[in-house]
Amino acid sequence: MLNYVIRRLLYAIPILLGVNLLTFALFFMVNTPDDMARIHLGAKHVTPEAIARWKTEHGYDKPLFLNETAQGGAKLGDTLFVEKSLKLFVLDFGAADDGRDIAREIKTRMWPSLAIALPTFLVGLLAYISFALLLVFFRGTRLDAAGVVLCVALMSISGLFYVIGGQYLMGKLWHWFPISGYQSGLEAWKFLLMPVLVSLVAGIGDSARFYRALFIEEIGKDYVRTARAKGLSELRVLFRHVLGNAMIPILTGVVVVIPRLFLGSLIIESFFGIPGLGSYTIDAIQAQDFAIVRSMVFLGSLLYIVGLVLTDISYTLVDPRVRLE
Amino acid sequence: MSFKPILLWSDALILLLLAVVAAGIWLARHNETFRGPLRQVWAHPVGASTALILALYAGIGLLDSLHYVDRLPDAPGKPASYSGEVQSALDKLLTPLREKVEKTYSAPFATHLYAKETVTGPDGKEVRDFPRLKHGGTHLADPEKAFWPDVLKRGGLGVLGGLVAWLVLHAFALRSRGSRVVSVTLLGILLTTGLLVALAPHYHVLGTDKVGQDVLYLSLKSVRTGLLIGTLTTLVMLPLALGLGMAAGYFGGRVDDLIQYVYTTLNSIPGVLLIAAAVLVVQVQIEAHPELFDTAAARSDVRLLALCAILGATGWTGLARLLRAEALKLRELEFVQAARAFGVTRGRILLRHLLPNVMHIVLITVVIDFSGLVLAEAVLSYVGVGVDPAMISFGNMINGARLELAREPVVWWQLAAAFLFMFALVLAANLFADQVRDALDPKAKGRA
Repeated sequence: MLNYVIRRLLYAIPILLGVNLLTFALFFMVNTPDDMARIHLGAKHVTPEAIARWKTEHGYDKPLFLNETAQGGAKLGDTLFVEKSLKLFVLDFGAADDGRDIAREIKTRMWPSLAIALPTFLVGLLAYISFALLLVFFRGTRLDAAGVVLCVALMSISGLFYVIGGQYLMGKLWHWFPISGYQSGLEAWKFLLMPVLVSLVAGIGDSARFYRALFIEEIGKDYVRTARAKGLSELRVLFRHVLGNAMIPILTGVVVVIPRLFLGSLIIESFFGIPGLGSYTIDAIQAQDFAIVRSMVFLGSLLYIVGLVLTDISYTLVDPRVRLE
Repeated sequence: MSFKPILLWSDALILLLLAVVAAGIWLARHNETFRGPLRQVWAHPVGASTALILALYAGIGLLDSLHYVDRLPDAPGKPASYSGEVQSALDKLLTPLREKVEKTYSAPFATHLYAKETVTGPDGKEVRDFPRLKHGGTHLADPEKAFWPDVLKRGGLGVLGGLVAWLVLHAFALRSRGSRVVSVTLLGILLTTGLLVALAPHYHVLGTDKVGQDVLYLSLKSVRTGLLIGTLTTLVMLPLALGLGMAAGYFGGRVDDLIQYVYTTLNSIPGVLLIAAAVLVVQVQIEAHPELFDTAAARSDVRLLALCAILGATGWTGLARLLRAEALKLRELEFVQAARAFGVTRGRILLRHLLPNVMHIVLITVVIDFSGLVLAEAVLSYVGVGVDPAMISFGNMINGARLELAREPVVWWQLAAAFLFMFALVLAANLFADQVRDALDPKAKGRA
């Protein structure tokens, strides 16, 4: 298994390299550093000297791939691609346009993100699967039909509606929670509960419907009939047998996202003013800070690949037939 | 001619798309495999009534895609000149709504402005009060007394008109076929239309926004943007997904490895970030070349198309993966083997033997993706990487009004209108997609 994991992680290198080349192409070749300088300087201050100064200040004053003026290894080493792109591989994210260290920002901002994403993820998984099982238990009845219609209706509502509506109802009308903001330490729960609740409600339609479909497919299989024939109660059939066998497709969708949890949610964090990585990213997008966007893209890809490996490992835990060789 | 038709790039693509859809329907009617499912969708009450609603939206979008510029009054001795403002047939139809601009917010059916101003009273004194609207309810001499009778009278007439239209339609077209659900849907649509036609010219039925524009007008104009994002993206995504997915499955080996590598790489990047990165790049390019666009409409049009292209270029991986698996399965089947033994070329096998057998997957995915894309527009516009901020869209409507819930009294109508119009569209699309899937993929029936 260790061999397998190591091999899979090695596969990650070409993929991450591809990601880097793609973002590098977008941010340095289509959009030259000159364009970048122009945006940040603003229309009034664009002079060739100002652009050159900005590029020197931010370390963009190097050739893209090949440095003709340098000697030996530096010919390839002292270039933008190595400086700005390959350094990400050793998690050296460099500085944002405002001069702050990106790695440090990530380290401090991942905690608030995690504080929202983790409870949302865990409670959500539990709630959605329970709701889906409930519908499956009453399958074919009006309750089930109503549940499915409700799910379709809920998933047809824009996610922004849940956020804005939730903030208005719980924050302004009922005064349950502060509308937005954040505080570290134990007092944080006041600020965390509303975003978590809103994300939970926003996700229910899609997920419950998906899980219900999985369970309904399992329930038609022979082993379920056998289990019933043995005289097991319907609840036991559902929880032990159906749920157990549906674990593989459930894990496929679920484990992959776990490592990405601490990147946070862009929409939720920016609406509720949570100083996490999601709002960091959205601010960077709006301020056109490409250094941050590039770092987050790389981090996101890295975590996705870790998630894929974790998914494979999780299969061995729920299904003894799966062995990783 | 007092106007000159203008064909924006997106209009041309819509026409192309329409031609493709029409050809597709014509082909499907003459094809055994698709005729049955098509009829099944149409025969199902939910399928037919959601198709009706989608057709209504499509109609609004199409009207809004026939663009023109007005001819300016002729100056003697000069060639004809045209206005720089691009308008559409829908604009023309909604002229009463478009031109009735108030000063700022006003609530639905309001006769007075949302904000207080200094007004001169009848006795000549200046007082702070809510001034009357410039256009909404101006025909009422005494709004307090005359408001309800007037609304009821006009509304009643509108409802009556809708009812008559429904009865006429029923008597001639719908009697022989169509279920009760369909005629109820039709009744709903006609009554709403009747009400709006009767009331909208005299009141701001859904209120006005911050700069005083009629919210109903904005909502109707947003439909086109949403539909474009939902459909044109498909136009970009399909060739990529079909070509690469089927090639990967059918050829296997190196080709498969390479294509799989590409889509794993694309997949590994968080979706919003990839889209954001690409949109930022496009934005910079557009700003750097203002000389390429002669009107503001042309510029936001190009930005919209770029957004569709980006969504398509990042969104093909899911379908490609499905198609790859299907092609992998199909290439081992007897009919493909037989074709190969007869010496049919690879391109021909892919085109004539594999493609028709994966069309149902393609169709299902396209319909399911549509609703997701309409919703995505709103989120992307909020993040700041959606359509041009000057373009009327659901996302921009929501974005412009989301902070106004903090006001007292609450400004809710703009948000409510955007969400409601979007909800109706997406719900219809979702239900329709379910019907299409059930019809084309009998195995999936009853599962969800």
